Amino acid sequence: MVDLLEKYRAAKERHDLLASIGVDAVGLVNDRILSPTRAIIGGREIILAGTNNYMGVTFEPECIRAGQKAMEEFGTGTTGSRIANGTYSLHGQMERALAEFMGRRHCMVFSTGFQANLGMIAGLCGPDDTIFIDADSHASIFDGCRLSGAKVVLFRHNDPDHLAKRLARHDPGKGGRLVILEGIYSMLGDTAPLRDFVALKREHDFQLLVDEAHSFGVLGEKGRGLAEREGVEEDVDFIVGTFSKSLGGIGGYAVSDHPDFEVLRYTARPYMFTAAPAPASIAAALCALKIIREQPERRAWLRTLSERLHAGLKAEGFTLGVDEISPVVAVICPDEKAAVAMWNGLLQAGVYVNLALPPGTPNKLSLMRCSVSAAHTEEEVDAVIAAFVAVRRQLVEQGLWPRE
Amino acid sequence: MSVDRQQVEATIRDLLAGYNKDGVELTPETDIAADLNIDSADVLNFVMEVEDAFDVDISLNELSDVRTIAQLVDLVAERVGA
Repeated sequence: MVDLLEKYRAAKERHDLLASIGVDAVGLVNDRILSPTRAIIGGREIILAGTNNYMGVTFEPECIRAGQKAMEEFGTGTTGSRIANGTYSLHGQMERALAEFMGRRHCMVFSTGFQANLGMIAGLCGPDDTIFIDADSHASIFDGCRLSGAKVVLFRHNDPDHLAKRLARHDPGKGGRLVILEGIYSMLGDTAPLRDFVALKREHDFQLLVDEAHSFGVLGEKGRGLAEREGVEEDVDFIVGTFSKSLGGIGGYAVSDHPDFEVLRYTARPYMFTAAPAPASIAAALCALKIIREQPERRAWLRTLSERLHAGLKAEGFTLGVDEISPVVAVICPDEKAAVAMWNGLLQAGVYVNLALPPGTPNKLSLMRCSVSAAHTEEEVDAVIAAFVAVRRQLVEQGLWPRE
Repeated sequence: MSVDRQQVEATIRDLLAGYNKDGVELTPETDIAADLNIDSADVLNFVMEVEDAFDVDISLNELSDVRTIAQLVDLVAERVGA
């Protein structure tokens, strides 16, 4: 019998080689977190520019107090699932607040964003159904599809014509059809051409789920996400989101106007058979939602800083993943070795960004994935750009990065 | 579409050439992902090319049973009625 972990030998060898170049990117430890944009890593203060902390709410005094109060009143954990002993008044409050914020009748809160996708996709779809997903979908979407047992068909990234072709030649049989899109795709920061996708509903029958994990709080006048910005909320049947980005906590949610939506509470297993989110976590996220609602200037500032980082890196000759402006700014590296060297150099220079390598990236790209926070200052964004320039200069000298 | 099994196999081999960077010799028993060292993302890109070439859908579920070129040819041939 072969050892079960033997199958990962190639992955392990690659990891060990990359880690040997400098710091192990997947094992990085923040020794202390000083603010939404600063941490102590390896004994030094680092600017955090890869945290998905879009609204910069993780240290809001009001939210910290709300979390502390909830922990004192409700205890440290729920010790049970939503359908048993784990539903507290706080969970209901959060669901009502999110439904209202999103302009929907129903909301379910899940324990993580990943589980929200698992629960929604596997809850909505079964073996008779077909799910059409973008080829660049997040792992939680792929895994939710697998869990559902539905037939899964891929279409090319952000290509409504390709989806239309698939829908046209597909016979739904006795099942339903679900199309899944994302608001902002997490690796390159591009948005789905949502109006074009929605237009397909006029010719083809399907229900639509949009994952607004990276666009919630960020896009739209009210911060509801891409569907709001594109004016197509009525055509999106289900929206999934997370607490772990703009809301600065941990948890997930789904909202819908579907009259039977609540049936998922006792049919979606990733909702039913996991402990309900901790009281402090829900109370802090509820407070963060209030801040997002009351301070639209955060969204405007995030946009300003995103433009600044985008334009600054471009002016310095870096190749970015997409031209579209979003808080996700991905710098394309010449190859994997250059990416690992750049990532280590940036950390040395006092800047943390995400190292993103294939196959977790589209088109085999090796990326320095930056994400901007509304808590950043212009000086911090400029420091990030300066660090990129300085490290590139070193890498050019070492022959790791092509001379311009 | 009227194609025979040989044509299906020829087209699949042509499409696979773009992913066969190490120039591994292709046989019906070649394991597409393992032998050609193609990562999971590229397997999906390759399958989308096959789907477009034959105007058929190959779901991820069906794909989980496919490892070799011969198995993929069988699946596509059955789908196009070859």
